[in-house]
Amino acid sequence: MTEALPVAVSFDAFTSIGFWTSVGIIAGTFTIFTLGLQLNVGFTGIFNFGQAGFMAIGAYSMAIFVTDTGLSFWVAMPLAILVTMAFALVVGLPSLRLRADYLAISTIAFSEAVRLTALNARDLTGGAQGIFGFTDAWESVSDTIEGWLVSLGWSDPERLFPLFIVVWVVALLLTFVLSRAQRTPWGRVLRAVREDEDAARALGKNAFSYKIQSLVIAAGLGAIAGFFLALNLSFIVPDEFAPTFTFLGYSMLVLGGLANYWGVAIGALIFEVILEGLRFVELPISDVKIAALRFVILGLALILLMAFRPQGMFGKKEEMVLGE
Amino acid sequence: MGAAGQPVMRGTGRLNTMRAGMEAGTVAAEREESPLTRLRESARDHPARTALAVLGLVVIVLIASKGLHEVAQRALNGLSTGSIYALGAVGLTLVYGILKLTNFAHGDFLAFGAYMAYIVNVSWGGPIVLGILFGMVATAALGVALEKVMWAPMRARGAGILQLILMSIGLALVIRYGIQYFAGTELRNLDVNRTDTIELLGLTVGRTQAIVIVIGFVTLIGTGLMLRYTLLGKQMRALSDNLDLAETTGINTANVIFWTWVLAGGFAGLAGVLYGATTQLQPEMGFELLLPIFAAVVLGGIGDAFGALAGGILLGVVIEWSTMFVDPGWKSAVGFVVLILVLIIRPQGIFGKARTV
Repeated sequence: MTEALPVAVSFDAFTSIGFWTSVGIIAGTFTIFTLGLQLNVGFTGIFNFGQAGFMAIGAYSMAIFVTDTGLSFWVAMPLAILVTMAFALVVGLPSLRLRADYLAISTIAFSEAVRLTALNARDLTGGAQGIFGFTDAWESVSDTIEGWLVSLGWSDPERLFPLFIVVWVVALLLTFVLSRAQRTPWGRVLRAVREDEDAARALGKNAFSYKIQSLVIAAGLGAIAGFFLALNLSFIVPDEFAPTFTFLGYSMLVLGGLANYWGVAIGALIFEVILEGLRFVELPISDVKIAALRFVILGLALILLMAFRPQGMFGKKEEMVLGE
Repeated sequence: MGAAGQPVMRGTGRLNTMRAGMEAGTVAAEREESPLTRLRESARDHPARTALAVLGLVVIVLIASKGLHEVAQRALNGLSTGSIYALGAVGLTLVYGILKLTNFAHGDFLAFGAYMAYIVNVSWGGPIVLGILFGMVATAALGVALEKVMWAPMRARGAGILQLILMSIGLALVIRYGIQYFAGTELRNLDVNRTDTIELLGLTVGRTQAIVIVIGFVTLIGTGLMLRYTLLGKQMRALSDNLDLAETTGINTANVIFWTWVLAGGFAGLAGVLYGATTQLQPEMGFELLLPIFAAVVLGGIGDAFGALAGGILLGVVIEWSTMFVDPGWKSAVGFVVLILVLIIRPQGIFGKARTV
């Protein structure tokens, strides 16, 4: 009888643990990604719209180190973080001197330049085919965790469940560390820079250096998010790193609320659950239309959120960077 | 409070005045300077002349290495995309200058115009001229409507930069995926002649490209004259310079803002149709055009309409020239490189003099 209904809701996958594991991994990856945006936008007042570019550099460097250079996965990751941070330094030095909107434009341009490089520098990045074959080291860790899960009494653990555990352990750990760092003198200077750069300078703080540090750390977080994205997909292709990823991160950021690290995880979770949950609403339209509709709703939500509750769920209005 | 209409970050207004004073001091102090510093000083004082000189030098080097015909042919190809960038850029820069809105949805305005023209031109089988007009009117109407429901209320509430940027990104998603919802992701073609070519001084150009160049240049020159000589144009530039001051002098700002959106939307629509006529329509086309348009805006000095016109044309030609040296797959990357280089070397643009970036 379901055919007769214009709108039907199917709960077949709703109870599937596999489905929710995937949603959880994506939300965890986005949490790490968006923590960097929170540090930049929420606490330093710099509009980094190139986070997807940093994530791409992190993921690609790691994959290239493992597959081409033959480095161990565990060495490749910290190296890739360093590479990404170096890029952030190069991007930040000229662009952080610019006004807020110029910075937004130039970081988007940077992120697109990275994606186009990934697409065109085929010898290094595999072009549109991307890179795969870097997951061996992770697979063995995953097997170990699966063994623990079995010994805990879960007879047939979900294949991706170990990744789910690790991504959330890392995400919560980073959230904890960052919110602690925010209460140090360093964190207070960041907020001073956000509130009034000139005043911070007048107090003898090198505001520019703090902005650079903020961007470099955010890039490192982007790289870590990139590793999890890569492990989740078990390959990487340029399309994954489009600016839309950054825009999604911003949506989660403002949903959770600016200047609140714990809000990031909650924003990411709610956002992903709603976005993926929309899959269960079966409309009598094609898949392309449904995919389009999800983004229309996302765009509308972003507009309404910014218009009526710019501080999000847990943000404080007095801590919003209003700019001029 | 910003000089020359550039908004400045909170509290830097006073600093700028100080900086300007200090600069006057240094100029006076550096009487006996080396020829190199003098060259640099004069380059800074005459940015447009310097840009022309650099461009001239590049052209000479290019002609010497690749031959006149090749360079001219590519420049001609570049003029077609360049005038499209310029049409997009002039609207974006006017909206930025007058409303201080960095509209990330502007690229999707172009896509909207192109699809509106498609409805008339292909779905209803009408002539392309009618399609162009409909695309322009529809996009202008979209711009005005959004001003009424979104931007004016947000300005009244004193919304911050981040709020406005994120709202425009939300809007961009709504337009782009709204188009995808109705039209799907497949590539679509406008009903225009794509095969005929025109020979001119030994150079070959597609008939459609030639028409694009002519329409683009006529519109751009018309816009330049309008901004320079008509009352509305002067009012627009006055608002762009200082909205509050313009209002106190009795300019009907609401009226100027209305016409700004009509112009920005209309030109975006026109640019979108022209782009669609020379390439193909797909929902992502707006975002692909957004960054080169931003680059053109920044190249010409953000908020500067004349600069945006020149910046767009220049960018189109430079990108086309770049294909003599790199794979065309890198084409859009060249746009970003130009954008980033300009932001590093001269963020106020080729013609800008303001130091508030």
